[in-house]
Amino acid sequence: MSASVDFQEAGYATERPLLEIKDLAIGFTTSNGEVNAVRNARLTVMPGETVAIVGESGSGKSTTALAAIGLLPGNGRVTTGQILFDGEDISNASEKRMIELRGNSIGMVPQDPMSNLNPVWKIGDQVRETLKANGLPSGPDDVAKVLSQAGLPDAGSRAKQYPHEFSGGMRQRALIAIGLACQPRLLIADEPTSALDVTVQRQILDHLDKMTTELGTAVLLITHDLGLAAERADQVVVMYRGQVVESGPSLELLQNPQHPYTQRLVASAPSLASRRIQAAKELGVETDDMLAPSETGVVEPAKSDDVLQIQNLRKVFKLRSGLGKSTDFTAVDDISFHVKRGTTTAIVGESGSGKSTVAQMVLNLLTPTSGKIIFDGVDTSTLNSKELFAFRRRVQPIFQDPYGSLDPMYNIFRTIEEPLRTHRIGDKASREKKVRELLDQVALPQSTMQRYPNELSGGQRQRVAIARALALDPEVIICDEAVSALDVLVQAQVLNLLAELQSRLGLTYLFITHDLAVVRQIADRVCVMEKGKLVETGSTDDVFESPQQDYTRALLNAIPGAGLMLPPEMDVA
Amino acid sequence: MSTYILKRFLQLIPVFLGATLLVYFLVFSLPGDPIVALFGDKPVNEAVAAKLRMQYHLDQPFWMQYLLYLKSIFTFDLGQDFSGRPIAAVLGEVFPVTARLAIMALIFEAFFGIVFGLIAGLRKGKLFDATVLVASLVVIGIPIFVLGFLLQFTIGVQLGWAKPTVSSAATIPDLILPAIVLGLGSFAYVLRLTRTSVIENMNADYVRTATAKGLSRFQVVRVHILRNSLIPVITFLGADLGALMGGAIVTEGIFNVPGVGNRLYRAVLSGEGPTVVSIVTVLVLIYCLSNLLVDLLYGWLDPRIRYDS
Repeated sequence: MSASVDFQEAGYATERPLLEIKDLAIGFTTSNGEVNAVRNARLTVMPGETVAIVGESGSGKSTTALAAIGLLPGNGRVTTGQILFDGEDISNASEKRMIELRGNSIGMVPQDPMSNLNPVWKIGDQVRETLKANGLPSGPDDVAKVLSQAGLPDAGSRAKQYPHEFSGGMRQRALIAIGLACQPRLLIADEPTSALDVTVQRQILDHLDKMTTELGTAVLLITHDLGLAAERADQVVVMYRGQVVESGPSLELLQNPQHPYTQRLVASAPSLASRRIQAAKELGVETDDMLAPSETGVVEPAKSDDVLQIQNLRKVFKLRSGLGKSTDFTAVDDISFHVKRGTTTAIVGESGSGKSTVAQMVLNLLTPTSGKIIFDGVDTSTLNSKELFAFRRRVQPIFQDPYGSLDPMYNIFRTIEEPLRTHRIGDKASREKKVRELLDQVALPQSTMQRYPNELSGGQRQRVAIARALALDPEVIICDEAVSALDVLVQAQVLNLLAELQSRLGLTYLFITHDLAVVRQIADRVCVMEKGKLVETGSTDDVFESPQQDYTRALLNAIPGAGLMLPPEMDVA
Repeated sequence: MSTYILKRFLQLIPVFLGATLLVYFLVFSLPGDPIVALFGDKPVNEAVAAKLRMQYHLDQPFWMQYLLYLKSIFTFDLGQDFSGRPIAAVLGEVFPVTARLAIMALIFEAFFGIVFGLIAGLRKGKLFDATVLVASLVVIGIPIFVLGFLLQFTIGVQLGWAKPTVSSAATIPDLILPAIVLGLGSFAYVLRLTRTSVIENMNADYVRTATAKGLSRFQVVRVHILRNSLIPVITFLGADLGALMGGAIVTEGIFNVPGVGNRLYRAVLSGEGPTVVSIVTVLVLIYCLSNLLVDLLYGWLDPRIRYDS
């Protein structure tokens, strides 16, 4: 044991791995018997090195990492294989030994900053108990020092606040402070930034990089984002359905993926794809066909006018501040833009920028405080109930959460048929025919009709939501974060489907998203929102190539993998 | 915080007026003439009856009676009961007894409910958990008077571990058995509530994070599971204090405790309006105050809840 400390001082040559996972299998006991979540997992982390495990949800990446810190859920256990931490097999170590290791030898930064801090204790208390449990000095100054090292400004007074008084980014900094408080030799970072806005994400990751480099901490980074993994890690391990399918140095793996799954992942990772489009543009390669499937020209948009005009739109919310008083909060501040028929306009911004409020006003679900929304020449605020009913038929939404937006008690046929029935379109037989057509359009088998939402995957559900939105042959579809909840591969499929439907049916999309990488793939025009204001608007190419505002530049730079160079444009700067 | 407390106290005024009016009206509409009943089997002496009616304002219309009653409250003269004792003295006699009983019951149900619930939750699905769950279901299922008589007979009479009835002094040792009977039903609820809450919190992300910090199992349970789990339990216990005070009628009857329940029962039977209303009003106030206490405790336990600004 003591020898390894000396090695660390001495350098790389004779080092042994800090963490070595050999032929690991993890099983979960369920009511249907033993389920293997991980099989033959293999990875090595050298001291001071960053290794990323990449995979989609359910690939076993988090399970593997949790096993390394002995935090598998109650019904899970290591069935075979070894987890060697500094040469010691800890795969079935006693709880006592694990408590010794946790905190000061192996730290963890968890995924969701909202749920990982105990809401009833002050931030400082939660840091202090970490120091105390590992036998380190835990006075107020020590706590403040740990917090300020994690980049929390004004740490002394911040330590006296509760988690709900912190923003998401600040909470994640507090969690990083906790994870690194005892200067562990290995840090397990489980999707440490996936719940954060893209600019905050970049700051946090930069800071994490800096701290772990200074401390010489090895990092096992779990992520679903290949671009992020490649940018941050020395080594990447790709997991798919519980198995490691490929591993190697990050850039090598990205440039020359061997396994078919990795190839698909590289091809569809949005952050990488947008980078590739950008690079191709610089080479003079025609990018249209990369943005959307080639025009089949089945439906040529009849008129190319502005289907939606937003004029000086404002929305002010009254916030209650106790005892009948209220303060005004301007969620949307004097924004104007227009949407051309048959095109895709994206509204981009961080959470709290007011982009979803705009979507809700366009859908006529919220009444604007002032300003106009003109749909096809008619001010939507003047519609009477009958006209509003007709308006609803022409403008349809697709929402973020494919789990929450489908009624679990309705089978798929009933879900898709419902808008037709509500608008009294056709008879029973023709409606059934229509539902079958819609399922074909979204590439779902017709047998799906008899199934219920809980029997479908996230991607399938979002297809159902799209089919439902298409049922009334709308002209405009408002997609509010419609692909944010999906894994990258599924996300790519859904985006392709949307693009294809647009060229076939002449649809207009208003796409609300926080993900610039997705914007790059689908949008013709971009509106960038910050704190309720429209800071920049223009064609996607212009905005991406020559952003005019600092805020837009910050957003663009924050796309993970933005700095990577990829084939086939490797030689283009 | 102080504005919040002030606001809550101001809310007590309409509650107080509403409760007294309602109870007064109910007593007023009871069938039968309480004065006639006072004469029992003897013939009614009209002159005496008229004098008594005047003394208790029974010759006045309902509104007048109610207003006179309110006046008496604000002049701190609650009048007399039918035996001629000042009602204030009666209240001063019975409330301490019942308060002692209710607080003992509360301590019993809180302590054992939380301890058993915590252990059951931490060992979900194990033998202890299953046993405790079934036992609590049995306790909830059996009416309190059956449990009361059963314990009185076995523990009090057959085993002689405790006195089967309570002396007029109603000392703490006297009240142990009645307090257990009174708290038994709520004990089962507290146990189940704690258990559910603990199970929910055990799977919380912050509990896993706490474990990842290197905390021992005991520290994780004490700091991160127990406090968070107690929030709903405290709410229940606070509301239950009020219910225990008023709900002790059956238990006090079984063990012959000289408390609120016994006195209230007799007052209802003999139609003593002012006595009934006075007792019920104090109960209502206790109920409101214990709820206020719960809300303040709630804010202390869960910092996300803040009552001003």
